[in-house]
Amino acid sequence: MEFIRNFPLFTIVLSLFSGVLCMLLPARKARNYTLVYECILMGLVSAVLFYTVRTGQSFTYVMGEFPAPWGNEIRAGILEALIALVFLVIMFVSLIAGWHFLTTDIDGSKINLYFTLVNLLTAALMAIIWTNDIFTGYVFLEILTLTSCGILIVRELGRTTLAAVRYMIMNLLGSGLFLMGVVLLYDITGQLLMVPMQETVSVISHDPREMMTLVLSLMILTIGLSIKSGLFPFHFWMPDTYGWATPSSAAILSSLVSKAYIFLLFKIYFRCIGIGIFEQMPISRVLFILGLGGMFFGSVSALLAANIDRMIAFSSAAQIGYIFMGIGLGGIEGYTAAMFHIIAHSLTKSLLFLTAPRLAEVSGSSLLFGRITGSALKRRDAGLFFLAGSLSMIGIPLFAGFSSKLLFAFAAVSSGSERKWLLTMIMLAVSAVLNALYFIRTLIRIYTLDRSGSSGKRTTFKDAATGVVIGDTADQAAVQSKGFQADYVIPCAVLVAANVFLGLFSWVVVGLIERGLSMFG
Amino acid sequence: MRMKRKTGTEPLKNAFRKWLDGDTDVFSELPEAARIHDISREEAKEDRKRVDRMIDASASAGAVVRAERKGFRTFYNIVAVISCAALIAMLLFLVGNLPRYGEENERTVEVVTRYVEKGLEETGAVNIVAGMILDYRAFDTLGESHVLFTALICVMILLRQDRRNMTSKVDSYASLRNDEYFDPSGDIIMRSVGMLLGSCIFLYGFYILMNGQNSPGGGFSGGAVMGSGLIIFSAAFGMKSVDRYFSFKLFSGLTFTALAFYSFAKGYVFFTGANGLENHIPKGEPGALLSGGLILPLDIAVGLVVACTMFGFYSLFRRGNIGSDTNLTDQL
Repeated sequence: MEFIRNFPLFTIVLSLFSGVLCMLLPARKARNYTLVYECILMGLVSAVLFYTVRTGQSFTYVMGEFPAPWGNEIRAGILEALIALVFLVIMFVSLIAGWHFLTTDIDGSKINLYFTLVNLLTAALMAIIWTNDIFTGYVFLEILTLTSCGILIVRELGRTTLAAVRYMIMNLLGSGLFLMGVVLLYDITGQLLMVPMQETVSVISHDPREMMTLVLSLMILTIGLSIKSGLFPFHFWMPDTYGWATPSSAAILSSLVSKAYIFLLFKIYFRCIGIGIFEQMPISRVLFILGLGGMFFGSVSALLAANIDRMIAFSSAAQIGYIFMGIGLGGIEGYTAAMFHIIAHSLTKSLLFLTAPRLAEVSGSSLLFGRITGSALKRRDAGLFFLAGSLSMIGIPLFAGFSSKLLFAFAAVSSGSERKWLLTMIMLAVSAVLNALYFIRTLIRIYTLDRSGSSGKRTTFKDAATGVVIGDTADQAAVQSKGFQADYVIPCAVLVAANVFLGLFSWVVVGLIERGLSMFG
Repeated sequence: MRMKRKTGTEPLKNAFRKWLDGDTDVFSELPEAARIHDISREEAKEDRKRVDRMIDASASAGAVVRAERKGFRTFYNIVAVISCAALIAMLLFLVGNLPRYGEENERTVEVVTRYVEKGLEETGAVNIVAGMILDYRAFDTLGESHVLFTALICVMILLRQDRRNMTSKVDSYASLRNDEYFDPSGDIIMRSVGMLLGSCIFLYGFYILMNGQNSPGGGFSGGAVMGSGLIIFSAAFGMKSVDRYFSFKLFSGLTFTALAFYSFAKGYVFFTGANGLENHIPKGEPGALLSGGLILPLDIAVGLVVACTMFGFYSLFRRGNIGSDTNLTDQL
């Protein structure tokens, strides 16, 4: 066996070890160590991606000496490696670009604990991406849940604690339903490993009574994971969670954590159930409808939001809707579009979450629309990045958002069902218009010269009640005098570049995803 | 209400000294702190009204009030009841359709039979459950042992004292002193019972831990019992006596060593297993103390982590720290 095949195992064990190690290190060392080891992980994952592209098939790696169905397994293919690589890049970038806020938002004695959590979160992401066993998925999903709550409360404001409690309750409800679904699936099929489970499922798919129980168990599991990833109508925890977290955490939570849940769900559909059987189930139609609902209602809520972080968070709900709509559309085109949108949206949303607080910083530490007037003129780099992110979210050509909308439209046309085709097209148009409405409004606001001179005002109680305090030690004068900040500009430029690459050369990634899907099941 | 604590540290120091000598309650010397409790009824009412007005004025609260007026609460209750009933009905239906308990289910046979019939031979553990979780499905357990650690880190973030969750240094110092003041360790009954119970429980936990491969038990349960033994000790003899040997350094060092050992030992087994190499770990005589290959060392590692975590939770909840924080006591 080639040595490269061990790399997925190394990524998991190394991340777990790094998590525990960071507890012992002082703050700055923990950060530097984390950045270095994330680079190593990226190297390992790129090697896996390269290897799977070259060999053209996925490989299974037995965890220990016992093969399936007795022991655990992990499996790596093009799609897994691609998603893992994108996740690692975003993680790396968010940690660098958010460092400035980490030092002001987190107490100095707890920064190393933050990196401990981030590394454990990376381990969980890697394990969920590579796993070929549904119960391993559950265990690492628990780690993901706990660490994501941890990187939220680390800011230690009353509001973050409140948001974390709500996030925790929703998440635990989701985990509980997911566990119930796993147990039921195990009881029906007698397997925990995904491939043997699919074999049993294809045997029982001829018995309508058995199919009924299977569909219901899968539905419980699906509800669990869609609560966790924030599918409409379960998206109301999003604005508080993303809006109050420190920027790095917001980027990680919205771009990686909720996407990891979707990826796991997708893997279960594809590998445990089998896509042919899944497409005949009513679940795919329900997901399609809920996805459409998310696209509409998420955008409407974003339109009504009074502060920029909540707006971005609600727009996340709409984008999650897109992804689920793609899964509901079905067909290889639909899944390709969904996977592509996971990548495109992760890149864009992390950029927006890392940029918004920079705009707030020059406008009295406030994220309210009333306050951020003219902030892009005071902070030109942040303004440009926000512009790029917004254009991508709206779906302007050149950017990734356009490619993914095009892919969705294409998937709708080739789905074969006229009703789905029509609904998708209408909702894509409506959602694009709504997206454009609220993002262009924001852009106009941040590029309007502020004449009222209110930007220097202190934050009032009312601001605090509606959600607006950022970086409480931010000193106005010091912030404005700062010039070029390499640790913010370069990572965000990387994100924009990746975004434009996805927009211009989407066929590269789409080709990879299609090849990945063909070896995924 | 924000309290001003700029009264200078001199009166505070005197207050602490007095209080340490058993003269008086420290808070009686702090007029600001005492005010919270001694505020007159009318004043308190006014304060509350002011806060209510501020909240009512905010946009989000207004929306809530309007929604409540429109009968949102009734609607919410009805929907909650309906969805719960639907979930219950669905689950009952599902359970009714599952294979019956005790009946032979030909689908589950394949996996279970191998665990039961070959478990002893392949893992060297008499306790098949231990063999299953630490050998057949060891990857899951590797994650599981880190779940507990993650929970501990989250609690540490939330409860460990720092500049953000303590309004002042005096505050954190006071809470530390408070803990010592209310420590029941002087009590003779506590001490003698603690001695008896604590040592028995500790010994029992150790027994469970060491025999995980041969009898029900293992790392998680043994560690939990040992942790509760530690908690009883610290309750009976005071945090100070536990601090003497259980510092934060020891705590983090132990946790780190145990978890790192776990990750690498299991990583090594996965690596050799997947690559078809010999892993050179002796299985030992089934039933003996040193048997089951890696199961015993892994159990000990997990047990240490669990015991440390249990005690860590207790210590964090009780006084917001693990081990004595020398920085804190030096500050004043």
